Amino acid sequence: MSALASRSPYAPKAGGLVAEAAASWLLAIFWILPLLYAVWTAFHPAEFSTRFELAAPLTLDNFRRAWAAAPFARYFLNSVLLVALVFGAQVILCTLAAYAFARHEFFGKGIAFALVLLQLMIMPDVLIVENYRTMGTLGILDSIPAIALPYVASAFGIFLLRQTFKTVPKELDDAARLEGANDLQVLLKVYVPLAKPVYVAYGLVSISYHWNNFLWPLIVTNSVESRPVTVGLQVFSSGDQGVDWAIISAATLMTSAPLLIAFLVFQRQFVQSFMRAGIR
Amino acid sequence: MKRWRIARQINGWLFLLPAIAFLTLFTYWPALKTLVEGFYSTARPRRPAHFIGIDQYRQLIDDPVFWQALSNNAWYALVSIPVATGIALVMAIWVNDRVPGRALARMAYFTPTVLPMIAVANIWLFFYTPQYGLLEQVVSIFGGPPHNWLGSSSSALAAVTIVAIWKEAGFFMIFYLAALQQISPVLAEAAALEGASRWQFFRRVQFPLLMPTTLFVLINAIINAFRTVDHIIVMTRGGPDNSTMLLLYYVYQVGFSFWDTGYAAALTMVLLALLAAVSLVQYGWLDRRVHYR
Repeated sequence: MSALASRSPYAPKAGGLVAEAAASWLLAIFWILPLLYAVWTAFHPAEFSTRFELAAPLTLDNFRRAWAAAPFARYFLNSVLLVALVFGAQVILCTLAAYAFARHEFFGKGIAFALVLLQLMIMPDVLIVENYRTMGTLGILDSIPAIALPYVASAFGIFLLRQTFKTVPKELDDAARLEGANDLQVLLKVYVPLAKPVYVAYGLVSISYHWNNFLWPLIVTNSVESRPVTVGLQVFSSGDQGVDWAIISAATLMTSAPLLIAFLVFQRQFVQSFMRAGIR
Repeated sequence: MKRWRIARQINGWLFLLPAIAFLTLFTYWPALKTLVEGFYSTARPRRPAHFIGIDQYRQLIDDPVFWQALSNNAWYALVSIPVATGIALVMAIWVNDRVPGRALARMAYFTPTVLPMIAVANIWLFFYTPQYGLLEQVVSIFGGPPHNWLGSSSSALAAVTIVAIWKEAGFFMIFYLAALQQISPVLAEAAALEGASRWQFFRRVQFPLLMPTTLFVLINAIINAFRTVDHIIVMTRGGPDNSTMLLLYYVYQVGFSFWDTGYAAALTMVLLALLAAVSLVQYGWLDRRVHYR
């Protein structure tokens, strides 16, 4: 692929290449600047937050103080439980539904599929008022399941897995059935193993989305025991921390760190997953 | 054979049932409920909700904040979407050409995508801070007058729009990048033989072939422009003077600060209608006009 690209008659040469490289670096620096600024602030004492001196001493003190000032350990635990619950439930529900749509003929299939796709448009993110009321009726306000439930049946996941299951050769399916496997066994032994890369891709997208999700968790949670890190960060930085940017920057980086580090380590997988999940 | 087929039918529904149950409970039911609630008054302690017809919608038409939210949201979408898409395309072309250091550049472009919007908002809040923020420091180096970017109603909406562009461009870039890499190199050779300039090659070959990607990116961008308000909550709370009020933030404010659920339902219906219009355009009109391979 790259060898072919280098021979493209429109690949920039000499002067053009230098100009294009310079422009792309300039944009990259500009693009990363706000983040670098936060990193600078987080790793230096507060008096250097807005003064840039190479000799400024590095410190982890801001992280220590942020960690001590709010129950971030609990927030992290909540977020981990949340993304695990959401993705676990999504895998089960979406796999079953996708199998039904990909390899079963049943009455009302077309209408059911259209109804599922409707959720791509009417997203839970928008139905906050009614969903809040539903959680109240169910008596589970301010709990991790309340954050997770509106998202567990994901039209996106069903669609993605249905497309994947449809590419599985029918012969494999038939062969498994001839050997006496029942419907569910065929799904678990033939379809699910073949769709593994798609599960990984969907997992990265789902986990990123729900680790980062904010508005609905903000609405539905009200206590330390159920808040995910995003809401915890907001409560922390809008509280009495006031204008101590060094600590707020440290807390901000801390909450983004798991995904950021995972991204830097597994860059290729992240980019490919987002791509695979996006291109339909 | 017939019995086997009936068993498959039943299995099909059984497999589908759990997903449909959750979708019904948390998508269809609340959507229908929102439609109905929009025709009722908000329940108050001594006055239960009663049918009031289209009064909520009448109130909506007379509500200047609603109109401001709508026009702000339109402005926010109309500026952020073309700019983010355009930047994404440029980024993809640069990263696709074999310029040195492109791996680092790609990383810099894509990193904002993996950050939570709330973290992004915090970072930019600091960036925009009056007097101390990096932006103010840079402006003052060039002798510019001090300006409270988020605090004045003339610049606040532009400031939050820039944040949205920063967060999304890198995400859209990867779709363009994937599409560019799928364009056959034979096309470039053929175009070069015909003596097409690089611009002509882009305008006549690459850009048309990227149309399905552009459509996909546009639809995603429009939906995001109406459903992401995390940065508004952190940075401006809709202010100053409602200058950064977006529709979903207004729903949030009416529903959870004023607890006027009836009016919030009417506002939500407007939002749902807008999203429905987007899908209709996507499936009905654009699909036919976009060039597919």
